Amino acid sequence: MLKKTFETFLQTLGRAPVGFIVSLGYFSQFVAKSVYNCFMPPFYFKLFGKQFLNIGFYSLPVVGLTTLFAGMVIAIQTYSGISEYGAESVVASVVLISVTRELAPVLSALMVAGRIGAAMAAEIGTMRVTEQIDALVTLSANPFRYLIAPRIWAAIIVMPLLVLFGDIIGIFGGYLVGVYKLDFNPANYINNTMNNMEAVGIIMGVVKAAVFGFIIAVMGCYHGYRSKGGAQGVGEATTNAVVTSSILILVFNYLITELFFAR
Amino acid sequence: MSENKIEIRNLYKAFGRKQVLNGVDLDVKKGESLVVIGGSGTGKSVLIKCIQGLLVPDKGSIKIDGEETVETSKNIHQKMGMLFQGAALFDSLSVWENVAFVPLQHSKISRKEAKNEAIKVLKQVGLAADVADLSPAELSGGMQKRVGLARAIITRPEIIFFDEPTTGLDPIMADVINDLIIESAKGLGATTLTITHDMASARKIADRIAMLYQGRIIWIGTVAEMEESDNPYLRQFITGSSQGPIKMEV
Repeated sequence: MLKKTFETFLQTLGRAPVGFIVSLGYFSQFVAKSVYNCFMPPFYFKLFGKQFLNIGFYSLPVVGLTTLFAGMVIAIQTYSGISEYGAESVVASVVLISVTRELAPVLSALMVAGRIGAAMAAEIGTMRVTEQIDALVTLSANPFRYLIAPRIWAAIIVMPLLVLFGDIIGIFGGYLVGVYKLDFNPANYINNTMNNMEAVGIIMGVVKAAVFGFIIAVMGCYHGYRSKGGAQGVGEATTNAVVTSSILILVFNYLITELFFAR
Repeated sequence: MSENKIEIRNLYKAFGRKQVLNGVDLDVKKGESLVVIGGSGTGKSVLIKCIQGLLVPDKGSIKIDGEETVETSKNIHQKMGMLFQGAALFDSLSVWENVAFVPLQHSKISRKEAKNEAIKVLKQVGLAADVADLSPAELSGGMQKRVGLARAIITRPEIIFFDEPTTGLDPIMADVINDLIIESAKGLGATTLTITHDMASARKIADRIAMLYQGRIIWIGTVAEMEESDNPYLRQFITGSSQGPIKMEV
């Protein structure tokens, strides 16, 4: 009796870590398979184009609005924080650095994770539970090449473009606040911005964007691909895709920053 | 060369602690229509998915035309077609793109030629050309099954699998689908393996019937032999009685 209770206790204790390791195994296998199939023909250019448009073009408004307000807020915060030291010259460079290095890549990625990661998980999850993925296999189409590779390629390529767009809008947001609210001289503001522009910050933002694009597509596809149990399963997949990709975006944001600026 | 198209030996498959297939032995002869019957959860779908390579069995052998297919790297799907239970049409494609999926992906034919070919096959399954440009969501359940059938037969496969082909259809539409299955299979000279629990459908389309129970084939024979059989499990299933050796888990 005591032995059985002890066994049950150990089983309960061990279930969570074992489950975690098993999931990690599935996930690693999925990522390896996805990356491999990204480089294997056939390449579905039409599907890539569709995803490119969906992730890129249709995310422009949300990325634009997010980075615009982020740039505006940074301008006000910087001004109010250090106005006594003559913040006028500092605001432009702080807006530039914070937008290009951090705000544009991270906020855009979180927005796209919510919009696109969720949609990918829902679409692929529905295809899984309605046997459309099995149907692809029986029709001699590899689901990794047909469904996953075009999404990964599109996300990796389009995210840097979105972030460059976000950089411009975010800096413009800072300019709007600086010139129209804080009464800075427009020419001075632009000069300050251009003088402080450095390649490393922008390159880092772009590198981050590409990595975040990969994370969003892989997490969206992974959770969708492994979803089961009908509508509820698809709902869970969608939530998990957004939560895990958001956390990974923040973790990798730190790691890439460390990589670029570690002394 | 063996006269069997599909040979299954000692097939085992478990999900966690649940043993679903428990030593299945089954032969499907060339050109015959074999129907596997059995209650829900007896492993019929798992069996068909193992044969198609959608699931990897834990143990056992599956040979198609005498060639082992378990964990093979060869593309075994070229000679197979499948009609899924819910038709499994791709929502993102139109009806004709669904039907012509394989020709569009794997043959060097133009979209126009592929569409013409799709419309021809759609006509074979009783659908008019104006359905071709609709999206699958705009079709009724019966029409979706027909489109699924058209997609399965467009490549003229040697083996066609039918997963619960009449489930969710009214009796008249179910009979129409049964007729289409018989016609298309005979027209192609294909071997067919159907899983169903619809006895009217099984009686109509089967050359032979096999019964799956607790992960094993417990009975196999022709329709006439089935009617005569005194196997208590089979009798209970075909008469649809709640009394008998098969106990339902509730």
